[in-house]
Amino acid sequence: MKFSLALAQINTVLGNIEANLVKHREYINNARQQGADLLIFPELSLTGYVLQDITPTVALKSQKDDPVFKVLLEESMGIDLVIGFVDEDDRHRFFISSAYLSQGEIVYVHHKLYLPTYGLFDEGRFFAWGDKISAFDTRFGRMGILICEDFWHVSPPYLLWLDGADVFIFTSASPGRGLNKAPQLESARWVELVNQAYASMFTSFVFHANRTGYEDGLNFWGGSTAFDPNGELLVRAPQHQETLSQVEIDLNQLHRTRARLPLLRDERTGLIQKELNRILEHQIR
Amino acid sequence: MNTPSIDLSINTELARTILTGFIQSEISRAGFSRAVIGLSGGLDSALVCYLAVEALGAENVLAVCMPYMTSNPDSLTHAQIVIEKLGVPSVVISITDMVEPLIERYPNASQTRRGNIMARARMIVLYDQSEEFHGLVVGTSNKTEILLGYSTQFGDAACAINPLGDLYKTQIRQLSAAIGVPAEIIQKAPSADLWVGQTDEGELGFTYHDVDRLLYLLVDQRYSPQDCIEAGFSKAFVDNVVKRIQRSHFKRVMPPIAKLSNRTIGYDFLYLRDWGT
Repeated sequence: MKFSLALAQINTVLGNIEANLVKHREYINNARQQGADLLIFPELSLTGYVLQDITPTVALKSQKDDPVFKVLLEESMGIDLVIGFVDEDDRHRFFISSAYLSQGEIVYVHHKLYLPTYGLFDEGRFFAWGDKISAFDTRFGRMGILICEDFWHVSPPYLLWLDGADVFIFTSASPGRGLNKAPQLESARWVELVNQAYASMFTSFVFHANRTGYEDGLNFWGGSTAFDPNGELLVRAPQHQETLSQVEIDLNQLHRTRARLPLLRDERTGLIQKELNRILEHQIR
Repeated sequence: MNTPSIDLSINTELARTILTGFIQSEISRAGFSRAVIGLSGGLDSALVCYLAVEALGAENVLAVCMPYMTSNPDSLTHAQIVIEKLGVPSVVISITDMVEPLIERYPNASQTRRGNIMARARMIVLYDQSEEFHGLVVGTSNKTEILLGYSTQFGDAACAINPLGDLYKTQIRQLSAAIGVPAEIIQKAPSADLWVGQTDEGELGFTYHDVDRLLYLLVDQRYSPQDCIEAGFSKAFVDNVVKRIQRSHFKRVMPPIAKLSNRTIGYDFLYLRDWGT
């Protein structure tokens, strides 16, 4: 089975959902015209990243009757969408979130699990921690979504893999940092490296949509990528500029790679569970 | 000095891309399309001028030269070279007539006091030109001088945005060479030119080459002062620089507001400047 993947590497207006929604619709229309089947927007694509005290004013309810979701669900007829937003739950906790929309339905909403609150980051001050790691079924197979810091930790991708995800959707609003002699920033190099590593080690597809633009002094470096189950680079968007990238995904590559390299088959989950229990019982080192 | 091999070199193409994008983005988000730069004839302001022209177009960058009667004539000459090379609009506004009436009242004023008056007079001129030209003042302070507090608060440090504040002086030299800043400006001794014969390195008591490497370890690599001494820097040098960083921190933060209410600007009223743009 084949499908056409598009990555919407966009800049955003900080705290202006209306303006960002207009851009989403432009990219959706362009992607649809180019025959894309799945279009992935970056982390917090509807709101911008450094929200701070803006957070409660841009939060949405991820429901069909939410006016913003209503528009996007209408757009999701014929093209699956992953969009980034702030989800407010019934108890008024705010989550950095990505939703998978398809054929007018909200298929899955992921709440960011790891909120970096160190260095330049202050997410834990404004957002609640997600508490669910689960894969979900789509018309292109079983997938999992992780947001930025989530995949700096190895455990969430691992759990998604065991939960049946063959396609990993990673979204980021990754501030560029670490200028040295290399042609890309240290943060960009690191993220691309781990994306490739996950694709290789989990013999799975890894799609990463990162944003561009600036917020005050922070730059967002773009460089969105797709890797196949061999860890081969399928597409790399240019860095530091808005782009709609598109590439054909051949899901049969999963069969070919795993026939050669049965890492999933040989994964010893029972042993993992036993050892994890032992380690947790004897305290984490 | 037997210090470890510290490589401060940068990819200049990448720096150029990020910094021109920053200038373009942050000026346009504030609702402007033009920049105003105090062009001293020195390296930092020359580099900012080159970056701003690349980001905004030469016609949208106003170079403002603000000599004082004791300024080194080379300063204005070098500024003119940049202006001609880039084709930017420019004005020369002497600060002598502004500054002298105040300085004359205090004949025994120290060099620092006089220098601060000059730096703040230039700030007034620059912000006045900013209003007239409808452009934002783009700052020229680099990471080295910001960390050392080697600037006048509300004087040369005053600006709307600062593209160079995360580059050490030695990195500024590298980027300037790559971007085509004339060699005579890159090679001359850095000077605030506030009094005759003043040089940065003479006044600071150490070279940019040495202090940039020390700052890189202290700040970027989070070395402790003791780690830096063990890495080969002299104790006196390390102590001097650490003290300078601490004592000048007031220049790097907004003035603290005494908290009284439940929501106080600076503490729990938190928005980026790009809020809504």
